[in-house]
Amino acid sequence: MNLIRDNASVLAAAIAEGEVSSEEVTRAHLDRIAAVDERVHAFLHVDADGAIAAAKRVDAKRGAGEKLGPLAGVPLALKDVLAMKGQPTTAGSKILEGWIPPYDAAVVERLRAADIVILGKTNMDEFAMGSSTEHSAYGPTHNPWDLDRIPGGSGGGSAAALAAFEAPLAIGTDTGGSIRQPAAVTATVGVKPTYGAVPRYGLIALASSLDQVGPCARNVLDTALLHAAIAGHDPRDSTSINAAVPDVVAAALNADVRGMKVGLVRELSGAGYQAGVQQRFDEAVAILTELGADVVEVSCPHFEYALAAYYLILPSECSSNLARFDGMRYGLRVGDDGSRSVEEVMALTREAGFGPEVKRRIMIGTYALSSGYYDAYYGQAQKVRTLITRDFTEAFEKVDVLISPTAPTTAFKIGEKVDDPVAMYLNDIATIPVNLAGNCAMSLPIGLAPEDGLPVGLQIMAPPMGDDRLYRAGAALEAALVDRWGHLLIKEAPAL
Amino acid sequence: MTTVPFDEALTRYEPVIGLEVHVELGTQSKMFCSCSTNFGAEPNTQVCPVCLALPGAMPVANRAAIESIIRIGLALNCSIAEWCRMARKNYFYPDMPKDYQISQYDEPICTNGYLDVTVDGEVVRVEIERVHMEEDTGKLLHAGGATGRIRGADYSLVDYNRAGIPLVEIVTKTVVGTGALAPAVARAYVTELRDLMRALGVSDVKMEEGSLRCDANLSLNRPGDPWGTRTETKNVNSLRSVERAVRFEIERQAAVLDAGGRVHQETRHFQEEDGTTTPGRSKEQAEDYRYFPEPDLVPIAPSREWVEELRLTLPEQPSVRRARLALAWGIGDFEVATLVNAGVLDIVEETVAAGVAPDAARKWWSGEFTRAASERGVEPADLPVTSAHIARVEELIASGALNDKLARQVFEGVLAGEGSPDEVVAARGLAVVSDDGPLLEAIDAALAEQPDVAEKIRSGKLQAAGAIVGAVMKTTRGQADAGRVRALLLERLGVEG
Repeated sequence: MNLIRDNASVLAAAIAEGEVSSEEVTRAHLDRIAAVDERVHAFLHVDADGAIAAAKRVDAKRGAGEKLGPLAGVPLALKDVLAMKGQPTTAGSKILEGWIPPYDAAVVERLRAADIVILGKTNMDEFAMGSSTEHSAYGPTHNPWDLDRIPGGSGGGSAAALAAFEAPLAIGTDTGGSIRQPAAVTATVGVKPTYGAVPRYGLIALASSLDQVGPCARNVLDTALLHAAIAGHDPRDSTSINAAVPDVVAAALNADVRGMKVGLVRELSGAGYQAGVQQRFDEAVAILTELGADVVEVSCPHFEYALAAYYLILPSECSSNLARFDGMRYGLRVGDDGSRSVEEVMALTREAGFGPEVKRRIMIGTYALSSGYYDAYYGQAQKVRTLITRDFTEAFEKVDVLISPTAPTTAFKIGEKVDDPVAMYLNDIATIPVNLAGNCAMSLPIGLAPEDGLPVGLQIMAPPMGDDRLYRAGAALEAALVDRWGHLLIKEAPAL
Repeated sequence: MTTVPFDEALTRYEPVIGLEVHVELGTQSKMFCSCSTNFGAEPNTQVCPVCLALPGAMPVANRAAIESIIRIGLALNCSIAEWCRMARKNYFYPDMPKDYQISQYDEPICTNGYLDVTVDGEVVRVEIERVHMEEDTGKLLHAGGATGRIRGADYSLVDYNRAGIPLVEIVTKTVVGTGALAPAVARAYVTELRDLMRALGVSDVKMEEGSLRCDANLSLNRPGDPWGTRTETKNVNSLRSVERAVRFEIERQAAVLDAGGRVHQETRHFQEEDGTTTPGRSKEQAEDYRYFPEPDLVPIAPSREWVEELRLTLPEQPSVRRARLALAWGIGDFEVATLVNAGVLDIVEETVAAGVAPDAARKWWSGEFTRAASERGVEPADLPVTSAHIARVEELIASGALNDKLARQVFEGVLAGEGSPDEVVAARGLAVVSDDGPLLEAIDAALAEQPDVAEKIRSGKLQAAGAIVGAVMKTTRGQADAGRVRALLLERLGVEG
């Protein structure tokens, strides 16, 4: 077995069987991080001591004959947007530098309860605003497939950690595609669960009505196992759904799309989509058809307004969510020399602590919520949101799942789009509608684009609480592709 | 500041008032987290990630608070929304941890009600525009500097214990046509509202501790003209201040308008010491709070069944109750109001129910026990004396075993934890001296000491008898029946009483 290249479920089984200890697996990953992360920069903070202590606890439990969970002892990379007690949590921002949370996010509690070993916190665009991690205040993450390229964003750190074999599991958060687009450009798997399926308590909010925590891994089954570990109701998040979690693990094991109705979203293809992306996508559609799926074209006419609506709703909510970073209670404080008023200290702190993309969105949101503009911007955007939800509802009356390319292009070069916000925003054109409607989606690798040899991802979308459909369809497609390639695509990633 | 005498001002202008009252609910826990709401704890000890707005923390609405506000709305004859949302009110201030307040904006939970108040025997209907829920802010403490205000302070401290305590805001529609009664109507409304909150048991409504806070809006216009520009007076911390603040604003605004000036739309602060108002923040440029629906909370949709269940829990309206008790006890509105203001109406009613005469029950609770309670800094009802104790003492007085003075000593003992009235009587040896022998001895001694007084009484000046009775009471340490002493004295001197 290979401690850093094997899948999480394989490692967990080996640990449970006593073939290897969690400590050995954990140390192997810490060594890997030490060897490659200087070049990848997936991690902002590695908690080696905490990880080894957690691993030892798992080994002790096993030694005592306690029954272990399906991912017990397996290491994981945690996006730095989730509060973790006693560990730095910055959300990729200078304004939270030095803040040590006194509490665990709900998801962190669940990871600990599942005996998953948290290696550390991964890099991200500041407050999850971006599609490349270039907006991290701590420098960009590099795509393991080509270190000059972006790993996607905002969760580029988590995706790169998987692709660089620094961790077999990762947690991401997805507000407009921040799990799926990084998965697509790194040949990994990521799921944005149904809104409310995974509790947000302890997730540093970007846009409350869009944010969702989700699982990331290198194959569909591992993603499902992690999904099952973190999903389910929590009374501390009143938007969390109080209902049984769909059995995603069973769905991932039941890799069968025979008779499944698959809708091709007409609006999410064609102009703007890189030729190689479109080519691999068309091949995947052919495979699904071969596997017995009934593929039809579906129109979602209001998707073309999704990006515009998203860039009003998100900034509006984030302008309010980020107000609390005022230097009064935690994190950075600038200008408090006894001569300045509290307003001046707040302004200087925010001026120094926030990066340009964060400031841009706070300003847009402040404007959009202003009296006299509210109806034209925020109000109108909410109406578009309702129409997009209706498009989905109507589509899911005809099909079981919808599919599209995850991102319109493969990974672009670091620096290529950082000064062109609109070009950057267009990266999320296919992923945003799902966040606006609150349903769920997966991205999984479907090959390398012929023109640049970089990974391409396919997005599967399902109705709210239909997360199991993602895994059934995803596992079937993955199995067919692995048959064809002889291994997971990620195994072709260059050695670092 | 120039003012116009109140009566003169009303010859030229009509006042329009509006009142915004904030009530802190007496729930066990805060509006959006499980922290305690107890008043007076060490600063920043009743806080958690949610009410400190730590990154990632999320609010969850307190069901007990929603229940309270629905009951308030029902008691104020409001409609209860079938579906409504909380909203964020965005502004930066260090006492507000999130830099937005979770409140309600265009979807308040209760709307369109009324409260009737009686002023000078006249019933005035104050219409309620809305009742909505929100969270309180923390408290700033400015250290150094002369005024304790933010300007000139060396530094400021923040106590977040109050941050997140559930607040209910009750907003009236504009009240017109009250003329010279405007200040009294304002006061009567806040009084009535306070009594209603108390009857509902939703708040301790202590203005001095800030659990009931009132902002008074006032504008003046000449008869027939449209309404004038209004001011909003804050820092009105007692019922008396409500009346004084409205009265002063009438006098002040009349002077401004008489001089051809215009009233500025602004927040003003009431000054307790001299009864004036001083300008605060100008509201000419309306602050933009960028309200939008709170995305971290689900909408509130109280079922009709729940609302009707809560309606069944409403208490008797305070005005109805006061009228009932006034009639039953044979007293006037003023006497009832005195009991209400002393916070003893409930316990007096309970004491009467225990068999004590209404007058005696009122006397004990609004005299002796109110004093004792304020010395101890507790509520009268929390004293260790019960209505059964009072009933027993009254029984002893009626039988002649105790007099008023001894009865007070009995309660002293009860309050000091010496046991029941009977136990105190026994332990302290308190009993009226009913044997005439010692009394006659004491009378003779007193007469011998004050022969001139004895002479006056003999000559028919009966009012002089008091001096001798007093002396006897003194030598018997109050344990004599004063009436009996007087009778024996007159008999001794051969004078007809």
